[in-house]
Amino acid sequence: MGEKFFKYLTIIFLILISLPIILGFLWIFISTFSIRTFGLVPVDSTGHIGGLTFSNWKFLFDKTVWIVTFNTLILSIGLTAGVIFVSALAGYALSRMNFPGRKSILSLSLMLHAFPSITLLIAIYFVLRWISKIPVIGNGLPVIGGFGYDTLGGIILVSIALQLPLGVWLMKGFFDNVSWDMEMAALIDGCSRFRILWQIILPQIKPGIAALAIFSFIQGWSSFLIPYSFMTSASTATVATFLNSLLSESAPVNYGTLAAVGLFQLLPVLIFFIFTQKYLLNIFSGGVKGSS
Amino acid sequence: MGKLMDRLKALLKLHFIVPFLFLVVVFYFIPVIITFLISFTNMSSFTGFSNWHWVGLKNYVFILKNPETAQHFWITVKYVICTLIFFNVGLAFVLAIATTHISQRWGYFFRSLWLLPRITPVVVYIMMWQFLVADAPYGVINQLVIKPLGLQPQNWLAVFPFLMIVLINGFVGASFGMIIFTSAIESIPKEIMNAALIDGATIFQRIRYIIVPYLKWPLLFVLTYQTLSLLTSFEQILILTNGEFGTEVWALWAYHKALSNYWGNFQWGFGMALSAILVIVGVIFSIVYMKFFKFNELVKKPKVETL
Repeated sequence: MGEKFFKYLTIIFLILISLPIILGFLWIFISTFSIRTFGLVPVDSTGHIGGLTFSNWKFLFDKTVWIVTFNTLILSIGLTAGVIFVSALAGYALSRMNFPGRKSILSLSLMLHAFPSITLLIAIYFVLRWISKIPVIGNGLPVIGGFGYDTLGGIILVSIALQLPLGVWLMKGFFDNVSWDMEMAALIDGCSRFRILWQIILPQIKPGIAALAIFSFIQGWSSFLIPYSFMTSASTATVATFLNSLLSESAPVNYGTLAAVGLFQLLPVLIFFIFTQKYLLNIFSGGVKGSS
Repeated sequence: MGKLMDRLKALLKLHFIVPFLFLVVVFYFIPVIITFLISFTNMSSFTGFSNWHWVGLKNYVFILKNPETAQHFWITVKYVICTLIFFNVGLAFVLAIATTHISQRWGYFFRSLWLLPRITPVVVYIMMWQFLVADAPYGVINQLVIKPLGLQPQNWLAVFPFLMIVLINGFVGASFGMIIFTSAIESIPKEIMNAALIDGATIFQRIRYIIVPYLKWPLLFVLTYQTLSLLTSFEQILILTNGEFGTEVWALWAYHKALSNYWGNFQWGFGMALSAILVIVGVIFSIVYMKFFKFNELVKKPKVETL
């Protein structure tokens, strides 16, 4: 009996310490469809049980939310594409090519991986202001606005840069695991390194690219601090800053609407998470491979 | 100098690595230099970008003399130590052991559950906590735990602000250690575990004599790595309390001084000095990781020597 009893005890213990997570998510789902909630119980305006409603989702008919969603989508897609492109190229070079300074660049990228980029946030503000002064590129581009301060392109560029140490390191790890035979043969046949990368290597590390892509997309979709700090003229730059501006409004807020907007932001991430957990675990553990 | 130029030219020929180097220079190197340069000036929104002066170490002296410094310093130390011990290492270790000693499906379930806070958008995550601890009759904890026990319901965020910032960061931070410890526990040779089981070792003996010695390096790694992340992270605190109720940690202090405060008076010089200190700490830690965690073994030479 001992062993089995112990297992049940462990599960009960795990449920208990996980309660805040479970309750938090339950609360979001329930209050999304209620006028108000007392704890987890939906109530109507007089405080009696009931009061289920769809009115919290009215914000979906508001134009702002779709502008914000569109911005967030551009940010996520731009970030994903940028991270994959830059880290795949750099990761390949670091894994497969020998050149002077390779080792220093490798140690540099590892050091950046450990370095908390958040401390540079204030200085990046100055860099972005300088980029703003460059004509056209600074803030005269369609859709993304440019690459300077207070533009979508600017926050995409910063997000890519901050994501790079992880991306490059991860990509290098995946390239390291691909066998050399085909590549050697192609090289001897006079194939260029770029074609080798594109036609031979990349198809072999699709799972790695998928993992990094999903992770970057979720990062972009969820990111708050960078848009909040660098797109200051509109508090409604991305879904995250939009939600934050609702959350910190001094007027009495409608909890149901807040929860609904929260769920709206959470859903894509949750769906991604449920279907791609195995890949994502790769990312979280892959970043520190070899250190244990 | 000539040699350096040659190396630079050789690097630029490697167009594969150019985008990476470009972004690293623009968003890491230049910012580090800016941080240090501006920390030696009195630049603020008052002086503007044209009217500032070099002031030497004045900002650093001001940090030393400022009565607020001690307060922000200790809250940071307390916050980092508490979160590390109880959550990022402590709870992570407990979770890893618990989820590897139940059936695989349950273990997988709980590990995914604990990953959720990490992937949940941070604003949504903080909002969840705010309503968990909100005053009665709305707050979930008040309604489900405090009231049935007959205690006085309260807005727990205002009562225990410090506990709250530790909790919200701890629930995110625990998953990092959990994953690393789990894979380390799973890589312990089966024979050793079986031998211990046959000898009738209790679970606590197994933890003490097998798991902990095997996990020495991962434990050390998570401990140092998470120290650095905690020292410099402030996003959750910014949204939850915005530094009120005595929760203004060092990194948030720097952020407020330089980029975001109510009075619109941005003290860039002073803020940069505050973050320069964090940059120095960050660089020292990163170098230690490289030396300590045997970086050279990770760097194998590529087989193809030609470019």
